[in-house]
Amino acid sequence: MLEINNLHVKLENEDKQILKGLSLTVEPGSVHAIMGPNGSGKSTLSYVLSGRDGYEVTEGTATLDGEDLLDAEPEDRAARGLFLAFQYPVEIPGVGNMTFLRTALNAQRKARGEAEISSGDFLKLVRAKAKDLKIDAEMLKRPVNVGFSGGEKKRNEILQMAMLEPKMCILDETDSGLDVDAMKLVSDGVNALRAPDRAFLVITHYQRLLDHIKPDVVHIMAAGRIIKSGGPELALEVEKNGYADILAEVEA
Amino acid sequence: MNTAAAKSPRAARREARQASTAAFLETLTLPDGPAWLTGLRKEALARVADLTLPDRRDEYWSYTNPDRLIAHDIRPAEVFKITDEPPMYQGIDRLKLVFVDGVFDADASDPLDGEGVEISHLSEAGDIHWAKDLYGSLEAAGQKPVARPLAALNTALAKDGVLIRVTGKVSRPVSLIYYREAEDAEAVLHNVVKLEPGAELTLLENGPVAARSSICLEAEIGEDAVLHHVRTMGRDHERKGITNLFARVGKGGLFKSFSLSMNGRLMRNEAMVWLTGEGGSAHLAGAAMGDGTFHHDDTVFIAHEAPGCESRQVYKKVLRDGAVGVFQGKILVEQAAQLTDGYQLSQSLLMDENCQFLAKPELEIYADNVKCSHGSTSGEISPDHMFYLRSRGVSEEEAKLLLVLAFLAETLDEISNEHIAEDMRLRLRRWLEKHTH
Ligand SMILES: Nc1ncnc2c1ncn2[C@@H]1O[C@H](COP(=O)(O)OP(=O)(O)OP(=O)(O)O)[C@@H](O)[C@H]1O
Ligand SMILES: [Mg+2]
Repeated sequence: MLEINNLHVKLENEDKQILKGLSLTVEPGSVHAIMGPNGSGKSTLSYVLSGRDGYEVTEGTATLDGEDLLDAEPEDRAARGLFLAFQYPVEIPGVGNMTFLRTALNAQRKARGEAEISSGDFLKLVRAKAKDLKIDAEMLKRPVNVGFSGGEKKRNEILQMAMLEPKMCILDETDSGLDVDAMKLVSDGVNALRAPDRAFLVITHYQRLLDHIKPDVVHIMAAGRIIKSGGPELALEVEKNGYADILAEVEA
Repeated sequence: MNTAAAKSPRAARREARQASTAAFLETLTLPDGPAWLTGLRKEALARVADLTLPDRRDEYWSYTNPDRLIAHDIRPAEVFKITDEPPMYQGIDRLKLVFVDGVFDADASDPLDGEGVEISHLSEAGDIHWAKDLYGSLEAAGQKPVARPLAALNTALAKDGVLIRVTGKVSRPVSLIYYREAEDAEAVLHNVVKLEPGAELTLLENGPVAARSSICLEAEIGEDAVLHHVRTMGRDHERKGITNLFARVGKGGLFKSFSLSMNGRLMRNEAMVWLTGEGGSAHLAGAAMGDGTFHHDDTVFIAHEAPGCESRQVYKKVLRDGAVGVFQGKILVEQAAQLTDGYQLSQSLLMDENCQFLAKPELEIYADNVKCSHGSTSGEISPDHMFYLRSRGVSEEEAKLLLVLAFLAETLDEISNEHIAEDMRLRLRRWLEKHTH
């Protein structure tokens, strides 16, 4: 589904290389986790895949379902089924959450040649999904993320994901800032979306999220590359011993 | 004896200004009218002579050149063809009063009556009229602390305008519609509104007015009375104009004024509001959008004279392709005005780097127990906001549109009537759809 090959990325305005030959393949129906020290480039990878400005791809490719991703506009990538749950969701004063959700949903439908959703159906849908995530109806009326707590913002990301039903979901530290119950809610939300034609790339620092969302593959990222991949046990090892052993092993 | 040599440069300059103003005034003819009105017009003309015409050296004219508002040759302005634009305020029941090139058009207007309201117009005002105590009086009072000679000129030269006295709570808005036909007409309109204690009115103004226009509104808002004022400027690109708003708000009264301005070459909106009785409120808001030669100036002055009053100024501008926005706003709090709550916000959204926002926010406070805040900023659309919206599939164009509307939202919040606010939103959206590229 998602195929990244030897990806090299530097900052556009600075001579700083962040991704240094990253390769990764995520198959349909699977859950991949990425763990790695702070600053190793995990968020950068998620931004480059979703099309944020400010980065320059100097080498390598990334494709979604065999089609190039890196030259497409962010909205086209979204319409093709890519979704990023942000590590730091932004607040947008003046843009209502509901307006935003509906505009996004209809824009994607339009891009795919589908009919717009009626306001009645939309309301029903959003209310049901919000309820599952225990998001208060009052919160939906507010501007996007404005006045939301850290955990509420993360839940709002998952609500958007549930509404948009993307194929390739990237979750960047969605667990950070969530209390234990919220982590369970969010995980349930993600698990409910698991499907044979949908895949997840879960960036996290903690094993705990992976107790709820069971990964098929765990990757360790350091200094802009995947340095080791393995099964769920790799996450347990990191939880227990940190990254030192793995880094040493790779360098050796 | 050479007296000129003894004079200070300042005095000499003033003399020169007086002379050129006098020469200018010589060329004018006052409109006909009843004796009381002629008397008031002459007094206003004398005020202009004394104040002299504005020029760029004046403190509140340094950002906006008044020459084109005064010059004898009124440059023609192409009449904007409203082809695909729906008429304003559709579905809102209102009393329509139509002016064409600044002259009342009785045939196109609704009958001048309604419950709780007494309406007439200036060019047909009789010998005895309640407005004789008000016409020009707020304008005259508003010459301090900042001179507004163009407002006095309006009082002198206005050919027409409405005179509205409200005695009850009037739910049907009075809607002034200013059409224009001639490419080179000048319209000078002077409207007077008097709200008796407890009265309520919504006054709407819209339309392109004229190639050059001057519109003055004097509003006396009695105890516990409420005036909602909503003004939209037409879409003509070459139009120039000035508006002067004078409002005196009595005890417990409320004055709300919202202006929408799109396109136009030169627009100056001045407001002078006095809060004279305890617990009065004034909310002034403006949304302006323009590109290219657009120059829009909001100059707002709110004087708190009584305790426990509240005022808000919320002004936002969207500028592109070299447009210029000006905001000059002052909150003056007199010593008696304890427990004043004053808020002022002026912001511009610069859509490219050629635009300019010139701001002069001021606070002048003589009371010790007050809450006043002001802020003035200009900036661009946040790239983080853009990316967030686009990453969810919203097109670049639509994302921009949403964010510009979001930027302006706070001004629209100042409109009490939700139908009218929605109409404004629609208009803003249309303008943006045409201009977002
Ligand atoms: N726009 C930028 N300007 C300057 N430095 C940047 C920028 N974006 C990323 N970096 C740098 O690139 C490196 C990788 O950052 P990134 O946010 O991708 O790390 P991360 O793996 O997500 O870390 P964390 O676990 O703390 O979230 C860091 O050293 C960061 O400081
Ligand atoms: Mg990160």
